[in-house]
Amino acid sequence: MIEVANLTKRYGGVTAVKDLTFTVRPGRVTGFLGPNGAGKSTTLRVLLGLHRPSAGTATVDGRPFGGRPRGLRQVGALLDAQDVHGGRTARAHLTALARSNRIPPTRVEEVLEDAGLTGAARRRIAGFSLGMKQRLGIAAALLGGAPVLVFDEPLNGLDPEGVRWVRGLFRRLAAEGRTVLVSSHLMSEMEHTADDLVVVGRGELIAAESLAEFTARGCRQRVTVATPAADALLSLLTAEGASVRTEGGLLVATGMDAGRVGAIAQRHGIPLSRLQEERPSLEEAFMRLTADAVQYPTGDAR
Amino acid sequence: MTTAPHASPRTAQPAVPQEEPRPRFADLVAAEWIKLRSLRSTWIAHGAAALAVTGLNAGTAYDTYAHWEERTPADRAAFVRAGLPLQEAFTVNAAVVTTVALCVLGALPLLGEFATGALRTTFTAVPARSAVTGAKAVVVAGFATAWGALVTVVSFLLTQAILDGRGVGIALDGPGVPRVLLASTLLAPVCALTGLALAAALRRTAATVLASVTAVMVLPLLLGEDRYWTALARHALLLAAWLRLTAPGGSAPPPYPWTEAGAWTVYAVWATAAVSVTVLAVRRRDV
Ligand SMILES: Nc1ncnc2c1ncn2[C@@H]1O[C@H](COP(=O)(O)OP(=O)(O)OP(=O)(O)O)[C@@H](O)[C@H]1O
Ligand SMILES: [Mg+2]
Repeated sequence: MIEVANLTKRYGGVTAVKDLTFTVRPGRVTGFLGPNGAGKSTTLRVLLGLHRPSAGTATVDGRPFGGRPRGLRQVGALLDAQDVHGGRTARAHLTALARSNRIPPTRVEEVLEDAGLTGAARRRIAGFSLGMKQRLGIAAALLGGAPVLVFDEPLNGLDPEGVRWVRGLFRRLAAEGRTVLVSSHLMSEMEHTADDLVVVGRGELIAAESLAEFTARGCRQRVTVATPAADALLSLLTAEGASVRTEGGLLVATGMDAGRVGAIAQRHGIPLSRLQEERPSLEEAFMRLTADAVQYPTGDAR
Repeated sequence: MTTAPHASPRTAQPAVPQEEPRPRFADLVAAEWIKLRSLRSTWIAHGAAALAVTGLNAGTAYDTYAHWEERTPADRAAFVRAGLPLQEAFTVNAAVVTTVALCVLGALPLLGEFATGALRTTFTAVPARSAVTGAKAVVVAGFATAWGALVTVVSFLLTQAILDGRGVGIALDGPGVPRVLLASTLLAPVCALTGLALAAALRRTAATVLASVTAVMVLPLLLGEDRYWTALARHALLLAAWLRLTAPGGSAPPPYPWTEAGAWTVYAVWATAAVSVTVLAVRRRDV
């Protein structure tokens, strides 16, 4: 369990994180979202004890992480895949990390295998592509089999096979009861992977709720209708309170669900050749809710 | 809610929660040693420095050998009486190169981690920062001591073999030999720790190199032996301590003499201060 309470972090005059409070529960994948510069990486650096908070606390299982004797068995983290020395081989890098935490060398081979890096284990990291470094960082995070895992944009540079691996990995880690916090800008990926969301903007909390709640709140449902009597249906739906526009010969209604639209059409004998409810997308919800937060102070989010 | 639709069968994971073995400092030392030896640059840089220092010493001895015939018998006798064969085992030039080179080599393990960001990965794996920097100091000092011992002994054997060509080489158990060998060997780890401390405090490569050169090379040039206060300050410097410890028995004492024990103390104080600075400088700051 990760708990961030009233966390503020200033760098000189820049307030990167401001009075941020949220909880990340075990057994779920929690997406950590926010526009560029929102303070996600800063929050994670403070959580991991790399940066000191200006105010507030960030704890893992009730205690700060910074200063603990050993970390890998408690939190597995990938903050930045570039945070490695390019002169070492992948195996040497992982072996040194494992040794410091008294993790047996066999575990190094296991995570190399998991990440698909066995073939590259003897190569120096400087020659790795971004995706390979990302895999190496994830492998390092898995070394200790920690109950809490933190990933900052782990999907950067990964190929489709890698993305699939990571997606399955996160789901499985959560299913095993671990706490999984993942920051990402890939909304489509988060939509498939995350159970919960923590959304920040300009260092402040915008939302901490389930993915379903967030998307539902973020954008109203849309219903697409195809009918030969488009004009008639348009005025009927508008009269019933929906806002309707035409889009390439189709009607797109918002503010009304598909059932209502169908019922209204039936009542007036209007034939429908297509009636489709579109699920609101996370991306749309994100764009809308974070745009709002930039415009207004937080706490004012609809 | 949390089923795993895409779970890949090739990942094996121990169950949560798990047993945690007792943390041991030795593990951190071992990890730092793996990090140091797994960099090709470690071996190239230390090898180049060893060649330079040994070459300087051997070159001086060879110069003496080559021009031996030009000396008068009285001159030759004075050369031996002044203890100069032993001085050629490790020359002042070699000592100056050693101080600068080892400062930089000692700084590199930490500078490399600052520059690449690898220190963040290190501190995430081991959040107890002081233990990490302490282990780094142990490894840096240990490796530099081995380097110093190797270079010093090889230099001694090589130079004395060359001088033996003129019959003036001295044996390992000759008078003053252990002191010279020890003082020259230990110069390496003390300088390496100094470099490490400067890296910890300054974090930037250029600044660290500049500060290293100033501390071990420029200051001894600026502070002379002739005035009381500059002599006093000079005697706190590493190179001055090394000069004091390796001064040939036959040389005239400086205007403000100091004891051998005082010179050893300078070594000890530099090493202790360097380790303290290293540990304190990265204990709390953001990385
Ligand atoms: N070490 C630092 N020194 C000064 N300012 C910093 C530092 N780290 C971050 N900041 C500032 O803090 C703010 C938040 O940055 P942060 O990297 O946490 O954002 P982020 O949410 O991770 O963004 P992105 O999505 O682009 O990764 C930014 O304005 C950034 O410029
Ligand atoms: Mg970031």
